[in-house]
Amino acid sequence: MMPDLGKYADTVLSAYAASIVLLVALVALSLWRGRRVRADLRAIEARMRRDG
Amino acid sequence: MSLWEYANPKKFLATSERVLPAFWALSGLCLVVGLVWGFFFTPDDFRQGSTVKIIYLHVPSALMAINAWLMMLVASLIWLVRRHHVSALAARAAAPVGVAMTLIALVTGAIWGQPMWGTWWAWDPRLTSFLILFLFYLGYIALWAAIDNPDTAADLTSVLCLVGSVFALLSRYAVNFWNQGLHQGASLSLDKEKNVADVFYQPLLVCIAGFVLLFVALVLYRTGTEIRARRMRALIARERAGAA
Repeated sequence: MMPDLGKYADTVLSAYAASIVLLVALVALSLWRGRRVRADLRAIEARMRRDG
Repeated sequence: MSLWEYANPKKFLATSERVLPAFWALSGLCLVVGLVWGFFFTPDDFRQGSTVKIIYLHVPSALMAINAWLMMLVASLIWLVRRHHVSALAARAAAPVGVAMTLIALVTGAIWGQPMWGTWWAWDPRLTSFLILFLFYLGYIALWAAIDNPDTAADLTSVLCLVGSVFALLSRYAVNFWNQGLHQGASLSLDKEKNVADVFYQPLLVCIAGFVLLFVALVLYRTGTEIRARRMRALIARERAGAA
């Protein structure tokens, strides 16, 4: 299944690994911050409603 | 129905939450199909060998690095002219996506350049303008973080974005302007003769579609986060003012 990358195997695989790590990190950090901000905002809105 | 309706944060959030699942799914699908197609089912290039497979990451990320800045430019101009907060926040939301795309383009370019040019880096017009664009992205993000007043931050970052646009355009056309250096001309062109061979071109187009859709999904999602963060800061300020 794995194509024969010849003498450039390390080059090609390292380019794919670096890019995929960066893309996954970007998506994961975006989702993590989004969820945290959403939860914090919900908590503040609930507190303000409770306290009038 | 007008585009300006989406300047209303509530309308923007409602619409983006409706369309986001489709953008996430389509971007994931295009990226998987394009990368698997390119990596497993395309031949080696007669000159570059298997390193040609890096094109499926390098070209789309470089394209998005430039276009993300141009999107930020449009959003910044809308902020400067019409003072719509959502547009300023969309520009802010796009910057980290742009910085990641620029980094991917620089890293994959260096990895690709080493066996092909015999060096990781050269002070070539396109490489240098891309590095400056990367530094502009970092400066833009730092400026947003350094200023407390969001409107002042939006004003100053918009001006920075206008200045940085010179380098965004330069990084696209540097090869044509100076006609020197190691980097070859554009891989994609409206002139079919100048394009890469069809066998590489088709999966490349699918990868580009994946990167564009991922960019849109990330910017929509992150703009929603920025809108909520801004509302949260406003509520905290109101709470503190009430307590004082």
